[in-house]
Amino acid sequence: MFQYEFMTNAFTAAGIVAVVSGIVGYFLVMRGQTFAGHALSHIGFAGATGAGLIGLSPLWGLLGFTLAAGIAMGALSDRISNRDVAIGVVLALALGFGLLFLHYYTSFATQATALLFGNVLAVDHAMIATLAALGIVTLAALAIIMRPLIFATLQPELAEAKGVPMRFISTAFLAIVAIAVSACAQIVGVLMVFTLMVGPAAAAQRVTTGLWSGLTLSAALALGEAWFGIAMAYETDWPVSFCIALLSAAAYFVCLAWPAKANGPAQAGPSHHHAH
Amino acid sequence: MTAVIALDRATIRIGGRTVLADASFAIEPGEFIGVLGPNGAGKTTLMRSILGLLPPSAGSIRVFGENPECGNHRIGYLPQLRTVLPDLRVRGLDFIGASLNGERWGMPKLSEQDRAMIEDTLASVGARELATRPLSQMSGGERQRLLLAQALIGNPKLLLLDEPLISLDARHQEVAISVVRQVCRDRGITVLFSAHELNQLLGAIDRVLYLGNGRAELGTVDEVVTAPVLSKLYGTEIEVVRAGKHIFVMSHGSDVERVDHGHAHGHDHGHHH
Repeated sequence: MFQYEFMTNAFTAAGIVAVVSGIVGYFLVMRGQTFAGHALSHIGFAGATGAGLIGLSPLWGLLGFTLAAGIAMGALSDRISNRDVAIGVVLALALGFGLLFLHYYTSFATQATALLFGNVLAVDHAMIATLAALGIVTLAALAIIMRPLIFATLQPELAEAKGVPMRFISTAFLAIVAIAVSACAQIVGVLMVFTLMVGPAAAAQRVTTGLWSGLTLSAALALGEAWFGIAMAYETDWPVSFCIALLSAAAYFVCLAWPAKANGPAQAGPSHHHAH
Repeated sequence: MTAVIALDRATIRIGGRTVLADASFAIEPGEFIGVLGPNGAGKTTLMRSILGLLPPSAGSIRVFGENPECGNHRIGYLPQLRTVLPDLRVRGLDFIGASLNGERWGMPKLSEQDRAMIEDTLASVGARELATRPLSQMSGGERQRLLLAQALIGNPKLLLLDEPLISLDARHQEVAISVVRQVCRDRGITVLFSAHELNQLLGAIDRVLYLGNGRAELGTVDEVVTAPVLSKLYGTEIEVVRAGKHIFVMSHGSDVERVDHGHAHGHDHGHHH
């Protein structure tokens, strides 16, 4: 299947996005903000269709809307970002606007499915370059804020007392999530970003307790699910996003049923299985 | 010798409400202070002011003779236990590791030296095995011990413990108090230890800081835990009944410390068993 350029493009693009999603998603799950991530993608749908309506690339509309929404959620953090009802209302409204924009730009309707459910087989070289750039920005920004982000997530009161700028951290993090969501939506669509951003991360957190082992496993699971999903779609002619979603759910439930690791007093001595 | 904490006619307001009005007191080095008072009396707020998170609106607060500032390494802090994300499978070692230089930018690193220091501190509170256990598998008592170890990291000279007994059963409460007492006496650490009930602390504390009604009274138990003083702090008629080694603070025939548990206000999320 690698003799076709659209397949190698699909593997490359999905590979970039999967690694970024797995890593960003790990922190999203750790912070208990998965619903906010879900909402950002829906808000992005309105941005993408709106951009199409005025003749811009859907990706930039998606990116613009998710970034604006992510920053707004972070800035209002105490009041909104963890309130499921407020987020739910906003995401439904955003989907409604997406529908309205589609209504006025009917020739764009064929792209609606691609936006909602992804179309990784239509990725070209320009898109791969864009996704790589977004991925690098995301991971670089995450590397800069990672230490205070973890501190603020695990122990907010103490982090505040030590002078961590809490609001800046939560805003910067949601901006990072917004970029990752935009990239992820290019592969699996706005409705299915959970399959790469939440599934692998949640599965990894079930079976690991260390930070780096968890991050590595999350990225590896996302990568495996994305690549095997594409291969599976190639063999079966099922939609790629369905295959990725299937593998993501399967991996999650397998990890959920994973026997609780021998973490009890029986385990002798400190574990040294990952450096630092 | 300068006082570790000195309030001079300090007024602390939060959200338009005056928590402490015109309060003055001084806490000396090495003292073990029990911080008591009805719910909402400002125990947490006072600690946040000492940490530099909430400056006084009038008067002054001095900590080690200076204005309080965030990130003071001489202060160890154990915040009131909030609902920790229930599914958090982070090892104790990484949980404490996150707080080491956690305010600095960049990626987290844990050197062998840091690791050894965390393990030693865990051992000093009798919780060495928690380094490898995930948070989601720890009992309330184990989590509190983990947080206590974390507060002790970096050899602080002042320890602020906000309701460290919440969610512990009676036996673990006694163990926690004696561990804090022992470690702090050995290292000469000044302690502010807030709690709901006075009786468990009686054998451990040097003095008691009672808050209520915008006022603060610091003194020995015999000086402060009296009907006239507490009546002013509670804003209602209080009787103090002594029975053997126990002291009961009663209002209209019921024990106020126990009544408080029933209808916890505001920031007091915890319940005893």
